[in-house]
Formats: sequence, C-alpha cells, structure tokens
Amino acid sequence: MQDDKLIIAGKTYNSRLLVGTGKYKDMDETRDAIEASGAEIVTVAIRRTNIGQNPHEPNLLDVISPEKYTILPNTAGCYTAKDAVRTCQLARELLDGHDLVKLEVLGDEKTLYPNMVDTIAAAELLIKDGFKVMVYTSDDPIIAKRLEDMGCVSVMPLAGLIGSGLGICNPHNIRLIIENATVPILVDAGVGTASDAAIAMELGCDAVLMNTAIAGAKKPVLMASAMQKAIEAGRESFLAGRMPKKAYASASSPIDGTFF
Amino acid sequence: MEIFVNGEPRQVQDLYSVLQLLEEMDLLGKRLALEINEEIVPKSRHAEHLISAGDKVEIVNAIGGG
Repeated sequence: MQDDKLIIAGKTYNSRLLVGTGKYKDMDETRDAIEASGAEIVTVAIRRTNIGQNPHEPNLLDVISPEKYTILPNTAGCYTAKDAVRTCQLARELLDGHDLVKLEVLGDEKTLYPNMVDTIAAAELLIKDGFKVMVYTSDDPIIAKRLEDMGCVSVMPLAGLIGSGLGICNPHNIRLIIENATVPILVDAGVGTASDAAIAMELGCDAVLMNTAIAGAKKPVLMASAMQKAIEAGRESFLAGRMPKKAYASASSPIDGTFF
Repeated sequence: MEIFVNGEPRQVQDLYSVLQLLEEMDLLGKRLALEINEEIVPKSRHAEHLISAGDKVEIVNAIGGG
C-alpha cells in the first residue's frame, strides 16, 4: 500500500480523499475537519471580497494554506462557460499562477446537475489557456471519455446530486466510466456517509471529493476521520478483490474431524 | 469620477491607480485577484494601472465552497 499513490496532473498524493470547505460553522471547524480528513487537495470557491465587513476576519487561505495543501479553486455557481472560464482566470491570478482547477458548469438550481454542453465548451477554452482541468460531469460514460480525450487531467462524475447525500445512485455507470478511463476518475458529489465513500472506492474510483457529507454531519470532525478510514478501507478492498457472491452457504469450518 | 467596486458605486479622484484603491480599502497585501471590465489586472500592474470613470472593478478571494 506504501506505493499505491494518487497521481493527478503529474503530482503524487498519499490521500485519496479530496474535500470542500463550504458549509462549516466557522474557520476553526473548517481547519479541524480538513486536518482530520487527511486530505491533501482542498477545493475553494471564488467570490467577491466582502468589502467593509470585518476586514480582520481570517481569510480562508490563511487557515487552509497553499503551502500545506493543494488548493483546488472551483467554478461552483457558474451556469455558463464564460463565467466558469472567468472564474478560473481570477483563481489563477489569486493563487499566483496555480493552474489546477475544478470545472463545474451547472444546469439548473433545483438539481445543480451539470450542463455538459457548456462544461465541454469551458474545458476546451481552459485547456487551450494552459489550465489543468478536473471536470465535474454527469455519469455518462461517453461524455466522460470525451472529456478525457480533450485533455482533462481528471474526470469527476457525480454519484448523486450535489449536497443530496443520496450515495452512489448509478454504480454501473461509474464502473463503466472507470473501465474506459486512463486518467483518474473521482466521484464528486452525492456521498452521504462513510459506507458510500467505501463503495465508490470499491468500484475502482481513484479518489472521492466531498463536502456536505462531512460539513453536514452532526460532528463534522469525527465524520472527516471516518471518511479518511472509509476511503482507505475501500481502496484496500478494491485492490484485494472481493470474493464472488454465491446463492448458497459455504461452511467456513471444515467438515473433517467432527466428533458428533 | 464614479467607478463600481464589486457592484457598489464609489467616488474616486482622477488618475487613480489600482494600488491606491486597494490601499484606501485596507486591502493592501491581502490575497486577492482583481479585474476591471472583465479583464484581469495582474498584481505586477496594480501600481501603474489607472482606473477610468465608469470602470467596473471586481475584487475576489477564496471562500469556503465544495
């Protein structure tokens, strides 16, 4: 397991859990949960600086330092390719040229389902502009392959709707996407609890990205620790290869040597 | 002249640089990115870039999100 590493855009990571920074009660909880998760890649949103309001409030990047974590700016809230590209360009300026981004272009407010037409358009522009794109996508294996062929460094199908906690809604599609892929496949969105994360890893995902499953738990720091273990357990289980399912029982103790 | 900073109108003097704006807003040295009329003004040009009347300035940073 020592040399079983996650490699994204040429960089090696020990942790296969990527986490968001939204929905925490305060900066302390954000820091503690992320620390407990063991995550090395942490996603952040890009928004207007809050002018005039408490200028001494700690900045997220002071708490989640780019020296310690790989910061993954995302385009959450973007509904057009244009807004997503603009957000990534601002993020690159913000992070001194750091060019790894999480692209998501949303389709509607009720489902936050990805708009794949604009996602593909944005991915094309961003890749041409030198970005390394980790892309949020529907769980369509054909679209996922297309995104990989375009040059996305990682393809991230949803397991369920963002923030829904519904778990892996279509494991068969996730498996098809993994089978076709040569770039890392991450489940992004939908994980609700530790067993969901383990299932994603047992399907063969390279990693899982989550936010609400941790931040929305009653005890986020404890759930962050649970997730780290579930990801590791799921990965080891995948590598170990599960036993085949059988319709009938098969005794674990030998029949020979019984004295009754 | 009037400019717009993160959507809010703001009165500033003529020949006003991005650096002056950031200084006045107590944002000097803060981690941020800035664009004017949807064009990024890189940090290296904050001192020399002059803001024009009606310019739409956006100043952003990283916040919690997933």
